[in-house]
Amino acid sequence: MTIIVYASLCLSMALFAAATLVRAVRYARAPLHLRWEIYPVPHEPADRAAHGGSYFEQSAWWTKPAPANHWGTAKAFAVEALCLHALRAFNRPLWWRSYPFHAGLYLLAATVVLVFAAALGTITAPSLVAGAPAAVVRQCYRATGLAGLLLALLGATGLLHRRLTDPDLRSSTVPGDLFNLAAFISALVTLGAGWALAPAGTPGPGAIALGLLQWDVSLRIPGLLASGLILSAALAAYIPFTHMSHFVGKYFTYHAVRWDDAVARRGGSIEKAMAEYLTYRPTWDAPHVTADGSRTWADIAASQPPDKTTR
Amino acid sequence: MKDGDAPHPGSLARPDREPLIRLRAGDLMPIQEPLDDPARERPFTALSDQAKSRYECILDDTCAVSVPRPATREDEDALVRAFLSGLDKLFTRENNWTFLQPLLLSMEHCARCQTCASSCHIFEASGRNELYRPTFRSDVMRRLYFKCVRRGGMLSAWRHGDIEVNWPLVARLIELAYRCNLCRRCAQTCPIGVDNGLIAHELRKVFSQEMGIAPREIHENGSMLQLKVGSSTGMTAAVVRDNIQFVDDDTSDRTGVPVETPWDVEGADVLLIHNAGEILAWPESVGAFALILNAAGISWTMSSELAGYDSINYGLWYDDAQFARVAVKHAEAARRLKVGRIVLGECGHAHKALSVVADRLLAGDLNIPRESAMTLLRDIVMSGRLTLDPARNDFPVTLHDPCNMVRLMGVVEPQREIVRALCPKFREMTPHGVDNYCCGGGSGFAIMSGHNFADWRFQVAGRKKIDQVLGAFADGLGPATPKYLCAPCSNCKGQFRDMLAYYGLWEQNALLYGGLAELIVNAMTNVRPGYIQWEWH
Repeated sequence: MTIIVYASLCLSMALFAAATLVRAVRYARAPLHLRWEIYPVPHEPADRAAHGGSYFEQSAWWTKPAPANHWGTAKAFAVEALCLHALRAFNRPLWWRSYPFHAGLYLLAATVVLVFAAALGTITAPSLVAGAPAAVVRQCYRATGLAGLLLALLGATGLLHRRLTDPDLRSSTVPGDLFNLAAFISALVTLGAGWALAPAGTPGPGAIALGLLQWDVSLRIPGLLASGLILSAALAAYIPFTHMSHFVGKYFTYHAVRWDDAVARRGGSIEKAMAEYLTYRPTWDAPHVTADGSRTWADIAASQPPDKTTR
Repeated sequence: MKDGDAPHPGSLARPDREPLIRLRAGDLMPIQEPLDDPARERPFTALSDQAKSRYECILDDTCAVSVPRPATREDEDALVRAFLSGLDKLFTRENNWTFLQPLLLSMEHCARCQTCASSCHIFEASGRNELYRPTFRSDVMRRLYFKCVRRGGMLSAWRHGDIEVNWPLVARLIELAYRCNLCRRCAQTCPIGVDNGLIAHELRKVFSQEMGIAPREIHENGSMLQLKVGSSTGMTAAVVRDNIQFVDDDTSDRTGVPVETPWDVEGADVLLIHNAGEILAWPESVGAFALILNAAGISWTMSSELAGYDSINYGLWYDDAQFARVAVKHAEAARRLKVGRIVLGECGHAHKALSVVADRLLAGDLNIPRESAMTLLRDIVMSGRLTLDPARNDFPVTLHDPCNMVRLMGVVEPQREIVRALCPKFREMTPHGVDNYCCGGGSGFAIMSGHNFADWRFQVAGRKKIDQVLGAFADGLGPATPKYLCAPCSNCKGQFRDMLAYYGLWEQNALLYGGLAELIVNAMTNVRPGYIQWEWH
C-alpha cells in the first residue's frame, strides 16, 4: 500500500506539473491577437485607473510617456487571485461558498509545500531544521492543513448544494460539474477521516513526505489514510485536464487579453510578429473573403472584395 | 417560465420549425415611470407568414439575419458541413490568428458560475429568459468545440455536455449570434475572464467568412457598399462634398458664423473622419465640429478618398477580412494626405475599430496616430480658445457612455469634463462610465430593423438603457422641462432616436437626444443662441 501511495503522489505531482506546463505553453505560444482589452486596466496610472480611463484620454497620447503602474497590476491581480474580487463584487452568494473552497485549496497547497520543504530540509540540512524550527514548521503545516481541509470541504459542499438547488446554476450544470465537486468532497472527506481516525503511531505528513523522498517502503500507512492520499493525488492530477485549471487560464485572460493594451510601434516587436501573421494564407470559403489558399492576409486586407459575392 | 419549458443548449437542434421561446410583455423587466404602465406595453409585431415561410425565423419572436430556408435536405446538409468546416478553421492559426488565444481561453475555462448573467442587459430585460442568458450561446459553442473540433467522445460529452448537430441548430445559432450587443459587460464581470461577447463575435465570423451569411444591413449595405463607393450611406466623394457644403451653409446661417469645411488639405494636423451617417441624419453635429475646429484654429481637413470620409467599420462586428480592408482604407487616406493624426468623430465603434483593434494591423507608414474627438474637444473647451457660457445649457443633461469608446477603449473622462464645465444641470446615469449599459443598438442592431427586429431592439436590447435614462431625469419628467440625452456616438444616437420615438418620450416628456459637439456650440457666446433646436429630428 505504501508503494501505491508513493507512486500515486509522484505520478500526480508529475502529471499536474506537466499538464499545467503544457497548457500554459499552449496559450503562451498562441499568436499575439488583435487588441481586445476591457477597462479598467490597472497598469494605468492610479488617477486614470480609478475611473477606468486609458492613455487615450490624453491628447497626442503617442508623444507622452506611458508609465506602467506595476504596483497597480500586482495589487489588482493579487486581490483577484487571493480574494476572488470579481466574484465577491458581482456574485456574492456564490462567493460565500467559492471563497472558502479556494482559500482551502490555497492552504492545502501551502501545506504540501511546507511539508515537502521540511522533509527536504531534514534530508539536506538536518542540523538546521532540528528542534524548534522543525516544531514551528510542523505546527504551521498542521494548522494550514487542517484549516485548508475544513475550508475546502465546507466550500465544495456549499458549491455542490448551490449547484443542485439554484435554478440559475442548475440550468447550465453538466454531469461533469457535479462529478468534479463530488470528487473534491470524496477526496477531502476520505483524507480528513484518514487523519482523524488514524491509530496511534501512524506517520504524520512530514514522515510520509520524508518516506517518499527517501523511498522508505517500511512506513505503514493505514488503509483509510492511504485511500485519502491516493484519491487526493488522483484529483490533483485530474485538475489540469479540466476547466478547473483556470488558475492557468486566468493569468492569460487578465494579462494577455483584458489588460493587454500594448501599442504597436513602428519597427517594434508587435509589428514584427504581425508581419509574420500577415503572411499566413487563410482558407475561409465565403466568396467575399477571396481566401483561395494562395493569398495572404496582407493580400486580402489590401484588396477589394469582388462585386458579386452572393452564393 | 417554468423550468421544463426553458430552452437548453440541446433545444437548438429541435427539428420542428417553431420558435424556442415566445416573449410576452408581462415577462419583461419592469421599466420605471412613465413607461411603468402595463397598458403602454406594445405587443411584438407578429412575423409575417411570408417571413416565416421564406426565412429561418425559428429562434424566438423575431428575425435579424433572414437566412433563406434551404430548398432541400441536401442543401441543409451542405450548410451544416460548411458550418463545421468554418468551426474547424476558427481554431487554426492560419485562419484566426487574430483572436485565437482569447477564444481558446474562453472555450476552455468557463466555470458556469453565472456571474455574468446579472451583468447582461438583454438577459435582465427579457425577464431572465434562458435563451438570452450570456452563457447559453457560449455553452452551445463550447459543446460544439469539444465535440466537433476537439473530436471528443462520450467522456467529453459527459464532461462538457453533448449536442446534436443539424441544420435547425445551425439556423438558430445564426440568429442567436445576433442577440448580443457585443458590449462585453459580461466579460468585465467574469471572475475568470471568459468573454461571451467574443464568442458571439467569433460565431458571427464563422457564418460570414465561411458561409457568407450576415445581416444585409451590415454586410451588403454596410461594409461591401463602403468598400465599393466609399460609404455605407451610399454617398460617393462628390455627393459627400455636396452635402457637407450644404451643412456648412446651414450652420453658417444658424449660427451667424461663417463655416467652411476644408477638404483634402495635405499636411494638415488633423484628419477628421465622421461616421458618414451623421452627415445625413445629424448634420448639426457635423456642422458643430467644423465650427468648433475653425474657431479653435485647428489645422484640419476631411478626406474625399474612398472610405476616408466615413469612419464606420462594420467588419468589427462580424468579419475580420472586411474589418482589415476598411481599416487599411482609413489609414491610407491619412497617409496620402500626410496628416499628423486621425481624429475620430462621435462614433463609438469607429473609435474602437481604428484606435484599438486595428492598432496591430497598421504597420509602417500606415501606423498613423489615432485620437478620439473627445480629447480634442476637451482640450479646445478647456484651453479658453472659445468663449463659452454654461448658462446657455441650463437644462437637464445626462451622458450616455458608448461601450466601444468607454468600457472597451477607456475614454471616460474627457467628455465628462466638457459636460461638467458646460452643463450646470448635468447628472450621471446609474451605473455609468466603464460600468455603463449598452444602448441596445450595439454591434449593428442600431441599423437593423428587418421584419419586427425593431420591437426586440427597443423592448429587450434597449430596455435597460431607457430605464436608466428615465431614472436620470426622474426629477423632471413630463413635457414642461426639455431634457438632453447626450450620446457621443452615431449608432447610439440612432438607437435613441428610434427608441425615444417608439416610446413617445419626446412628445410626452420633452426628452431629446444629441451629440456632444452641439452642446459646445450651444454654449458659444459668439454664435446665435439656440443651436440646439428643441424639435424632434
